[in-house]
Amino acid sequence: MNIENIKKQFPIFNNKVHNNDLVYLDSANSSQKPQVVVDRIYDFYTKEFSNVGRSVHYLAVAATNLYEETRSLVQKYINAKDPNEIVFTKGATEAINLVANTFGEKFLKEGDEIILTELEHHSNYVPWHYLRRSKGVQIKFAEINSEGEISLESIEKLITSKTKMIAITHLSNVTGAILPIKEITQLAHSKNIPVLIDGCQGAPHLKLDMQEIGCDFYAISCHKMYGPTGLGILYAKKKWLEALPPYQGGGGMISEVKKDGITFGDLPNKYEAGTMATAQVIAFAESIKFLNQIGIKNIEKHESELTKYGEEVLRKNNSVKLVGSPKNKGSVLSFTLDGIHAHDIATILDEDGVAIRAGHHCCQILHDKLGLSATARASLGVYNTKDDIDKLNESINKCKKIFDR
Amino acid sequence: MELKELYQEIILDHGKNPRNLRKTENFNKDAKGHNPLCGDKVHIYLKLDENKKVQDISFEGQGCAISMASASIMTDLVKGKEEYEVKEIVKDFLEMIKEKDQLNNKILEENEKTKLMCLSGVKKYPMRVKCATLSWHTLTSAIDNTQEEINSEKID
Ligand SMILES: Cc1ncc(COP(=O)(O)O)c(C=O)c1O
Repeated sequence: MNIENIKKQFPIFNNKVHNNDLVYLDSANSSQKPQVVVDRIYDFYTKEFSNVGRSVHYLAVAATNLYEETRSLVQKYINAKDPNEIVFTKGATEAINLVANTFGEKFLKEGDEIILTELEHHSNYVPWHYLRRSKGVQIKFAEINSEGEISLESIEKLITSKTKMIAITHLSNVTGAILPIKEITQLAHSKNIPVLIDGCQGAPHLKLDMQEIGCDFYAISCHKMYGPTGLGILYAKKKWLEALPPYQGGGGMISEVKKDGITFGDLPNKYEAGTMATAQVIAFAESIKFLNQIGIKNIEKHESELTKYGEEVLRKNNSVKLVGSPKNKGSVLSFTLDGIHAHDIATILDEDGVAIRAGHHCCQILHDKLGLSATARASLGVYNTKDDIDKLNESINKCKKIFDR
Repeated sequence: MELKELYQEIILDHGKNPRNLRKTENFNKDAKGHNPLCGDKVHIYLKLDENKKVQDISFEGQGCAISMASASIMTDLVKGKEEYEVKEIVKDFLEMIKEKDQLNNKILEENEKTKLMCLSGVKKYPMRVKCATLSWHTLTSAIDNTQEEINSEKID
């Protein structure tokens, strides 16, 4: 796997940031886009544009086929049983809201319990919080251990006869911990509890096999997967998509509409109301092809080596404290520097073209638990190299120089 | 280099050793501020005497060097001023950070203005302007007794 060749496929790296080469270490926030994805959006709008699923003219039929082709590609990519188990949304956030809303409406009542973890992104907490208000459900948080991991036991401890849903992240966007989602799913299913996985950080980095994991729901953010913004995916087992009520109402999701009643369309249309992010869906096919071409196993290997190298380099740097040290860790390096706030770090790094994120990364529960108001986070993608890590380290040393004046 | 302008020695000094970082005893006005995007928090305590003069001002909070330095310098400069003067200084500072090249108030001494102008380096860093202004908006809220937490995302 030749990273230089891969990097060349991302036009953003032709640009300078403050006269420096871009060292992009913010892929957990959003990844950069390969040329093929950018081109696909342009080509679709310039040569092939039409709305999908409505008209019978040539362009409409072609666009509809392309749109459905992406669905099939995604199905194969994550090894879902059926293409109709793939629902397009505006993002992972909407995918989780869709489940919380419809599942909550149909299956939850006062006193029911939902288990989350302390690692969750606000996107996998706030939608469930609404049910606390509207339905009176209880939310329990599985606790992290000192390494920033979630163990099977920490979840098992919280399960009661009232537990109705376990919603957990696949890979923490702060500590990088990879959760034992298959084991958690098996445990949950042995007690008849469905499982939702927030796969935002898992999907771009790890091999996915829905049938092997066995989870009921898996939420994906396409813009973190070398794809366009405005697009997410909800994988849901067919039995759930059939059992749950529709999420939003509108065109495209109905079967028959009469003055005195409405029947809803078949899967997956039932959950795709209104005009969808058509160009993004069609361009996302290129992201999947891009990932397939490199091979997710190769990406896993490259990123895992790079993460280890990053941990090594930053551990050697005495002023850096890494946040979390999970054994099974994905492409995220969160850290603090003694006496320098994360926002100051990010500003100083930016001057060198090193793009990281600073703040609580939408994980306030976790930061409260860790007693930190903010952390700095370098996160990796397929285009990153050891050189990027070295530059990160150099710029960190520059922070110290500026602050120790 | 712009970074040097942002992280001037005065800023680093106040950032590392903030003045008035404590809680005023018997304060009679206070307000909290919060930047939800970065998690910065500040709580300002104000003690005005019977003539509405700032007898003491202090703050508690945590944040980046810019926000700590800004709160520190602010509390230093408004101590001993009349309430109406404080308001004028705040207004002048916020206008300077937003659009003006200099401070126009007639209350602060030239050397005090120079000190305050050290914070103008943030103008080149739009994402960091809120770090510098949070404590000032919060001071306004304390004076006006709005009892409302300042949320930096809800002010411009
Ligand atoms: C773990 C996690 N969950 C959810 C989200 C939200 O995803 P989206 O931007 O697709 O709504 C993110 C991205 O910020 C994330 O990192």
